[in-house]
Amino acid sequence: MRTAARCLIAFMMLAWGATASAQGRNETLLVVTESGPNSMDIHGVGANRPAYQASWNIYDRLITYGTKASPDGSRMYDYASLKPELAESWTVAPDGMSVTFKLRRDAKFHDGTPVTAKDVKWSFDRAVTVGGFPTFQMKAGSLEKPAQFEAVDDHTFRVKLLRKDKLTLPDIGVPVPAIYNSTLAKKHATASDPWAMEWLKNNAAAGGAYKLESWKPGQETVYVRFDDWKSGPLPKLKKVIVREVPSAGNRRALLERGDADISFDLPPKDFSEMAKAGKVAVVSHPVENAFAYVGMNVKNPPFNSPKVRQAVAHAIPFEKIFSSAVFERGVALNGNPIAALTHGHELVKTPFKYDIAKARALMAEAGHAKGFETTLSFDQGFATTNEPMAVLVQESLAQIGIKTTINKIPGSNWRNMLLKKEMPIFLNAFGGWLNYPEYFFFWNYHGQNAVFNTSSYQSPEMDKLIDAARFESDPRKYSELVRSFARLAVADLPRVAVYQPLLDVAMQKNVRGYQYWFHRQLDYRQLSKE
Amino acid sequence: MTGFLRHARYVVTENPVTLVAFGLLLFLVVLAFIGPTIAPHDPLATDTARKLEPPTRAHWFGTDQLGRDILSRVVVATRLDLAIALGAVALSFAAGSLLGSCAGYFGGWTDRLVTRVMDTIMAFPLFVLAMGIVAALGNTLANIVYATAVINVPFYARMARAEVNVRRDAGFVHAARLAGNGPARVLAVHVFPNCLPPMMVQVSLNLGWAILNAAALSFIGLGVRPPTPEWGIMVAEGAAFMVSGEWWIALFPGLMLMLAVFCFNLLGDGLRDLIDPRRRT
Amino acid sequence: MRLVGRRLALAIPGLVGVVVVTFLLNRALPGDPAAFFAGPAATKQAIDEIRVKLGLDRSLPEQFLYYVRDLGRGNLGTSLTTGQSVVSDLVQRLPASLELTLAGLALAVGVALPVGVFAATRPGSWIDHVARVVTTTGVSLPVFFTGLLLVYVFYYLLGWAPAPLGRLDAFASAPRTITGFFTIDALLTGQPATAGAAVRQLVLPAVTLGIFAMAPIARMTRAAMLGVLSSDFIRTARAAGLASRTVLFTYAFRNAMLPVVTLLGMIFSFLLGANVLVEKVFAWPGIGSYALEALIASDYAPVQGFVLVMATIYVLLNLAIDVLYGVIDPRVRIEA
Repeated sequence: MRTAARCLIAFMMLAWGATASAQGRNETLLVVTESGPNSMDIHGVGANRPAYQASWNIYDRLITYGTKASPDGSRMYDYASLKPELAESWTVAPDGMSVTFKLRRDAKFHDGTPVTAKDVKWSFDRAVTVGGFPTFQMKAGSLEKPAQFEAVDDHTFRVKLLRKDKLTLPDIGVPVPAIYNSTLAKKHATASDPWAMEWLKNNAAAGGAYKLESWKPGQETVYVRFDDWKSGPLPKLKKVIVREVPSAGNRRALLERGDADISFDLPPKDFSEMAKAGKVAVVSHPVENAFAYVGMNVKNPPFNSPKVRQAVAHAIPFEKIFSSAVFERGVALNGNPIAALTHGHELVKTPFKYDIAKARALMAEAGHAKGFETTLSFDQGFATTNEPMAVLVQESLAQIGIKTTINKIPGSNWRNMLLKKEMPIFLNAFGGWLNYPEYFFFWNYHGQNAVFNTSSYQSPEMDKLIDAARFESDPRKYSELVRSFARLAVADLPRVAVYQPLLDVAMQKNVRGYQYWFHRQLDYRQLSKE
Repeated sequence: MTGFLRHARYVVTENPVTLVAFGLLLFLVVLAFIGPTIAPHDPLATDTARKLEPPTRAHWFGTDQLGRDILSRVVVATRLDLAIALGAVALSFAAGSLLGSCAGYFGGWTDRLVTRVMDTIMAFPLFVLAMGIVAALGNTLANIVYATAVINVPFYARMARAEVNVRRDAGFVHAARLAGNGPARVLAVHVFPNCLPPMMVQVSLNLGWAILNAAALSFIGLGVRPPTPEWGIMVAEGAAFMVSGEWWIALFPGLMLMLAVFCFNLLGDGLRDLIDPRRRT
Repeated sequence: MRLVGRRLALAIPGLVGVVVVTFLLNRALPGDPAAFFAGPAATKQAIDEIRVKLGLDRSLPEQFLYYVRDLGRGNLGTSLTTGQSVVSDLVQRLPASLELTLAGLALAVGVALPVGVFAATRPGSWIDHVARVVTTTGVSLPVFFTGLLLVYVFYYLLGWAPAPLGRLDAFASAPRTITGFFTIDALLTGQPATAGAAVRQLVLPAVTLGIFAMAPIARMTRAAMLGVLSSDFIRTARAAGLASRTVLFTYAFRNAMLPVVTLLGMIFSFLLGANVLVEKVFAWPGIGSYALEALIASDYAPVQGFVLVMATIYVLLNLAIDVLYGVIDPRVRIEA
């Protein structure tokens, strides 16, 4: 007993006496995050979103995007301007059917091997071959098979196009076509694993601005600057530590007390309060090409009736949701899907206003004056905003006779439920990387019935408009097409757009250089501390 | 019987804490019965204009994110929380004592089988087992009750087995057997009632534990469905608001939760003193 | 020694039961790991490909056989959430959980044993009642609530405790692994500053667990002490004129320890399970938070691995208690 007590006292003294060393703090960034990467390889099976961030910072792409000022003065990437990264320059062939990239001659991978066109070809081949998400994303830019890619000489790389597609070049700037050190990777390839998937999951064969120093999955990832990086100005931060802190409350506390430098993924209410309190800087940007919505299954009764769907649209308490579930961290859409998608397209006037009397009348017209019972589902992984939203929708729908039971679906099962397309009414959100409305509509409203067409919505007219817009080059005609499909989406109403979320990030005031990216991850190369 | 009453009075006066526990129990039971009628507001009605208000005269316990009255929600939740705990404990008591007393009375392979199964359950990290059951079967009220019941069964089974085993060869049991009673009757009428007192202690302690278990399931998102008021969920939701200074959202349901568990724990202690006077000096 | 072997052999059916039940329970989880890990834009075909890759297209008995075969080779599968093998994840995380649990238990014992003994010497006094109310309050609080409250008060409001960032603050580096316990490893490698940092991180979560474990220990100590103090040999010792201190500590305490040790074993394995929530609150990289994340993602392998490890610990612990019994009270011998 007495020895135990003495040990305890000794420990206590140690505890209060010790202080952590603070050296290098200004060149080290401490990021706190809800969850960390599960792979260092964005091509890997099941690579999660934090893995995109890892890949983005340790790997280079051929090209990247420029930056511009967003309306509120903060910085954002510029989807309209492509900039060199590993490629010094590129030219589109006169017939428009191929693109030739000239690679930077001084670029090296982390192990000192020079970057050659062979590596680029290997990387592109890999992305279109391994299947799953990378292959799918490459396809979005009509990059589909290895035969399209050619290493002309050590520093010339050519992509042959299957068709003229305005998304091809933008798609080469997204995180997926990262350039791997093929010499190193091939050393770890086996007969059953020709693309070294197993090894690259835990190791990097990269040449980006940051090297992976250590990675403890589920705990922390540490990056150090690659001082020989040539694809851009040398980043200011020498070290970046990403710590996983699952509790949002703790992440907020860490920021407010100055113990962490930067964090995404806090509840909207926290961002709203932190922005008001002004102790830390909160930078916000509406997520492009994204909105949260109330979806209805248009295949099955009772929501196969357009009148019922309109009744629901009039019974959604937009303002209450916006103030109490979203805490105004977003752009209110009140049913208008297009406001979230466009840049410069004329807004489609939305016919919806919260109007219970009108909703009741519509229910009666639809033959459901007495109402019905149904299940309102949402993804538990997003319960912070979805749950209050569901409760508000439930309460409001009860007033027009729709009695709902709320069904929280665990995150692991959500995608499964979306694939089955059986949920009658549900809350969901979608955001796309490439900022084109027809890209969004292609996934969400097209009759090809992708996972994201959560309502099983089918309309030949809609399909025609979307397909036409995708390959239309005349800006005036294109704009008319976009407006037409947006109007159709409001008329047919498979889903009611509620709000466009904000991408909020909270950081210490001495952190500089943050900019909004379509992939919604941090780019350490741009950040610095004063 | 009068001897027991006298002893009960002795225990209560000797141990005022037990008296407090009985008072608390009475309070909780009354609240469970009349809760919905005395709640000042509709526990489900939202009022977003008055969201996140600290305690005021209109809302003694303040309001939550959607402007719902926390006092009303806390009061109304009493019935559900006690019901979950009672349901779970009743189930595990029934199943556990049946299995345990059979094992203790018949011995042999029945005993071995039951003991093995109970050992298997005990070898699980119990909370994770409950999580797994609810996650696998879906988070409905019934499944929360079942999961909580399953992880408690071994405690009753072991206790019943031990108690029955001790009495199996007692004189009065032999007498009952010789009087021509079948084994089921002997077990149910003569042996088992004698094992009840120590098991009641376990019941009381377990009630508290069942409430905590349900609250913990809620904390990780496996609790009852919204918008049903339940203490655990309210604490879990309120926890997110603590850092921003809205302490009342988690605190009041947390206090009620604590009070209920506290009451059952003290009660268990008190009952033990009542039943097992040897433990006291 | 032979007896220990026999006890272990007896524990095997239980472990087999655990393996089977965990396997089945996992398969009953609603999620489809293939759909979850196929990425956001997966087509049906892509999901099926991944299903084959994960071996989920096989029949259940077949999957079970493969699982058992791998188990026999010491392979617990790969976690989809962390991308690592479950064995390496568990090896890395188990010391964190053990360190936390042991620290919590040590705190609880440090407080509860004296309280229990003290209460037993003055049963019915106000001190007895206060002790009882306070310890019972501790066990009546949900651990996650206690944890959050402590973080809020001691970190956020008062700033006494370090940030709840896991085992070390972000700017300190972990000591070389010897035992896996950061505090001990840091002292062994001569880094008192790191040891101090590790201890500071440990204090709040350990207190959270300790508060919860106090009541049963105090209660059991008190009851056991009362039982022993009223027994004949203590009366004899008192009557023989031995000093009351000697009686209390040399004779009574030693004998009262027997049930307390049993209870400690149970509490230890219980706390290791209760860790799940505490680890979540304090971002503690132990096996509990690992299992929790995996369960939510329907990631089978880590959940199975976690349960198996816990069950093994439980079995070994029970064995250890039985052996310890023999040490404390030589009259008790291990029975098979």
